[in-house]
Amino acid sequence: MHDMSHATEHHAHTPPQGFIRNYVFSLDHKVIGKQYYGLGLVAVITGMVLSWIMRIHLVWPNFAIPGLGLLSKAGAPGGIVTPEYYLQLMTMHGTLMVFFVLTNVPFAGFGNYFLPIQIGAEDMAFPRFNMMSFWTTFVAFLVLIAAFFVGDGPPLAGWTSYAPLSAVGGAAGPGEATGQTLWAISIAIFCIGQLLGSLNFISTTLDLRTKGMTLWRMPLSTWSWFITSCIGLTAFAVLLPACILLILDRTAGTSFFIPSGLVINDKLQPHSGGSTLLWQHLFWFFGHPEVYIAIVPAMGIVSHILINSMRRPMLSHRVIIYSLLAIGFLSYMVYGHHMFVSGMNPFSSLAFSFPTLLITIPSTVLVLIWIGSLYGSKLRITTASLFALGFISMFVSGGVSGFFLAQPSLDIYLHATYFVVGHFHMVMGVAAIFGMFAGTYFWFPKMFGRMMNETLGRVHFWLTFVGTYCIFMPFHYLGLAANVRRYSAFVDDYLQPLLGVHKFITIAALFTGAVQLIFLYNLIHSRFRGALAPANPWEATSLEWTMPSPPPFDNFGGRHPVVYHDPYQYGIEGATNDYVMQDSPEEIKSVRDER
Amino acid sequence: MATTVPEPPVHDLPSDNNRFPGNGKIGHGGGRILRPAEGHLRAVDDYSPSPSGTGIWVGLTAITMSFAAFTSAMIVRKGGASDWRHFTIPSILYLNTVVLLVSSVTLEVARRRIAAFMNGNTPRPAVASKWLYATLFLGLCFLGGQYAGWLQLKSQGLFLATSPSSSFFYVFTAVHGLHIVGGLAGLIYVIRKLHRLVLRRSTLDAASRYWHFMDAVWVYLLFMLWAKF
Amino acid sequence: MAKFLAVTIVIIAIASAVPILRHTWAPPQDISTHGPLIDEQMSDTMAEAGISFLAAQIILAIFIWMFAGARPEGKIKTFPGGAKAMVIASLLLVGTEVLALGIFGQRAWASVYFTPPGPNAMPVQVQAGQFAFYFRYPGADGKFGPLHPEQINEGNQNFFGLDTANDPDSKDDIVTAELAIPVNREIHLLMHSKDVGHSFYVPELRVQQDFVPGLDVSLHFTATKVGKYEIVCTQLCGLGHYNMKAYLEVMSPDDFNSWLKQQAALQ
Repeated sequence: MHDMSHATEHHAHTPPQGFIRNYVFSLDHKVIGKQYYGLGLVAVITGMVLSWIMRIHLVWPNFAIPGLGLLSKAGAPGGIVTPEYYLQLMTMHGTLMVFFVLTNVPFAGFGNYFLPIQIGAEDMAFPRFNMMSFWTTFVAFLVLIAAFFVGDGPPLAGWTSYAPLSAVGGAAGPGEATGQTLWAISIAIFCIGQLLGSLNFISTTLDLRTKGMTLWRMPLSTWSWFITSCIGLTAFAVLLPACILLILDRTAGTSFFIPSGLVINDKLQPHSGGSTLLWQHLFWFFGHPEVYIAIVPAMGIVSHILINSMRRPMLSHRVIIYSLLAIGFLSYMVYGHHMFVSGMNPFSSLAFSFPTLLITIPSTVLVLIWIGSLYGSKLRITTASLFALGFISMFVSGGVSGFFLAQPSLDIYLHATYFVVGHFHMVMGVAAIFGMFAGTYFWFPKMFGRMMNETLGRVHFWLTFVGTYCIFMPFHYLGLAANVRRYSAFVDDYLQPLLGVHKFITIAALFTGAVQLIFLYNLIHSRFRGALAPANPWEATSLEWTMPSPPPFDNFGGRHPVVYHDPYQYGIEGATNDYVMQDSPEEIKSVRDER
Repeated sequence: MATTVPEPPVHDLPSDNNRFPGNGKIGHGGGRILRPAEGHLRAVDDYSPSPSGTGIWVGLTAITMSFAAFTSAMIVRKGGASDWRHFTIPSILYLNTVVLLVSSVTLEVARRRIAAFMNGNTPRPAVASKWLYATLFLGLCFLGGQYAGWLQLKSQGLFLATSPSSSFFYVFTAVHGLHIVGGLAGLIYVIRKLHRLVLRRSTLDAASRYWHFMDAVWVYLLFMLWAKF
Repeated sequence: MAKFLAVTIVIIAIASAVPILRHTWAPPQDISTHGPLIDEQMSDTMAEAGISFLAAQIILAIFIWMFAGARPEGKIKTFPGGAKAMVIASLLLVGTEVLALGIFGQRAWASVYFTPPGPNAMPVQVQAGQFAFYFRYPGADGKFGPLHPEQINEGNQNFFGLDTANDPDSKDDIVTAELAIPVNREIHLLMHSKDVGHSFYVPELRVQQDFVPGLDVSLHFTATKVGKYEIVCTQLCGLGHYNMKAYLEVMSPDDFNSWLKQQAALQ
């Protein structure tokens, strides 16, 4: 640590004693961040294994998967997946990935760890809420996983759980009894956890910034977490009531989402007057912002890393922030594009289509600024920067298919096909996961005090980059050929010629999934055996690099850092290094930031 | 933006004791001091508001969104099908509303007394805590009254699943009641802190804002349940 | 390493574009009157999206190639025009692009949803249920009898819940498991769901519409080509979702009339 002269008093706080207080019910935002990351890791491995099983079932339906028969005797007798079990696994895959991976890791995980540090705070504003936030999320995870082991297994209504399939109960299909109820309870609990987390993020950002840390001087990653928490606060606050009403429909006999006159198995359902579109409206009011909850943190993390690798600030710090804000704001006005052919008023479809098309503008600004900033930079290639560059490529690939899906007229043809699956996997699945990988390789030294293995990291990047393209690009082709999604087998005549493509995708998915073992090995091996990390291995400027790796319990050792500069003072002429850290009082000719 | 920032004065950085009031360090030796609102909980920015001051508004935003979702669900459900059966709201609910509004007044009296005490104008906070107890009591009365309202409705044969209007009635009152329970917990927390003389002004303000807000939410919900549009 | 990445990105971008350009996997030939508008919109969008995709990937690759590992003592250069240029470019290029797509795309949407079915449109009711479609023709009286959900009984083949004993309108209703329609005649499809959400999708017809339980929606289209096509369900409806399909048979008017007579005799 340098420049202690400015901190008058040192009050290093000692960490609490005992394993439970230190590692389990810890109030320390760094521990909580790692807990979120760990939970996300468990969820992503589970979700990925589920996707393997699904892919195998699609192309080799009679392949017996060893051990699966033990998990569900009815769903996979002898390890052979039944069509309904495919849908159940699919529901769990989507739910785990969207909620417990894409929300947990880039936002709650990295955000918890680095947001307070990047603004120079000792901890979050409400450490107790923070701890509760993680543990409620953990309970939500357990409740969801419990669905594997109850009754006839997890629900089969998909992660969107459209009513009335999700609301009428066990008659609608396997898993629709206890499994679906557990799903709804799990998501409701998850919402509470995220609301507590968002509350914390917003208050921390607004109140606990250190001296000199104006809003514009916050790093882009902090900005993205802040914007995401604003989105999360309002989005999860709507999903929670929706889940409560769904639970009541399922357990208390109410009819919020169940209309009159439904006949299932020749039995008239005892409900009347509910609105199925109401569920879709409430769900997508959350569901679309959720996409941005997944991708905005990745955008911030990638910008943060790219700037460091390029050794120059972005063409404009502020335009990036304005674009992220615009995306966050527009995300509420576009949710209806999920419902173009849902039976909603066709005029609403048009009304939702324009803001959807409009949202491509801030997205394009971001992409152009990322790419334009590369021009004339001194790009350093590290595993982190490779993943950040890969993110841009993926985001572009996933983004352009948005042009199609934003138009109601094309949605008539493309809706519910693999084109949609390809689109969202690329733009919010893979791109966000590339953001997570970039963040992991970049911040691992700070989090664990050890460097990750660069060679393994690069191998991991190459195979993942090529592998994910091999998986998800063909999805678009399948969609163009009208291949419907959420089918557990392709029995229609017109789908037969496409089976070859599905085989290719399955092989690519198995391969790319296996490649992730390299990452896992690297993560675990480096945690214990990696080279010791210096305080600032990447020669970066933001506050997290002013402290030792890993940071002490109270982050700044009781010192209050004072911030003098914009976050990204790279490429400084005349300075000793090509960068000046945010808390360095050195008088410099600041890098021009076009406003 | 200027290239450098003048070195900020550092002497006003709060001392450690100030930053962690209520964690056991405070009150040692030097007598028990009631910390005024500007207690520096981990303050790193001397001009920023206290986290609970911001946090309560953020929390209320989320709560507003939730109730907006609930009530818009009601509007959609009402307009979408012909099975809406309007019923007369149990009369005790109007009494409950008065009770809740009065509890806001007592809380406000308490808040002002404590504030005056913190500013050193009154010697003892004991009177203020009586007003807090009164608020607590009225809050409990409100909850009891709501429950009586449920019983009234049940005796009319209107249960949760009877009709969409009764469904929404029970959901609204239950969810609002849960929020009131949260508010009562907050009040108890404030009373305990007051007794140990470690109450921070921002905590008190946050608790009372929350309470008043729940009043407003209740009036809104009652209007939505009552209105025949 | 960086150059390798640049080359990989270019190869991936071009390889991704090849199947599109060669139409390896393309929508099946359109058989509807409104389809050409959708197809035209699709190819316009494909061109614009494709150019954006290739341009962005290739420029990204070029910059990675050019600027990775630049000498540390070199100076940082800024892209001509800086951020302002980027914002203006986005607004102009993408702004006009999406505006154009949005405005022209309306025509196709309007042709399907904003025009009422013609007076001569032939009404057919389709009912979706787990996991089959059933179709109902009004018969000689041109009227559909009312539905009684409580009377639905698959065992008795009463799929719609018709009360033929008491409702005169139901008596001559013709219920079938496949949708036969005359070519070049507008069809007014009345969509009704028996249980959960389903969807009616015929790729060749460029038609997809969800069934909304509790709410009957309608759709109209005209098929222009005789043939047999598949109707598939695209809204997740339960364990048999993948297997929920029916056939759409577009017939010449004569064939259709004799088919309908044949079906009426089977009732």
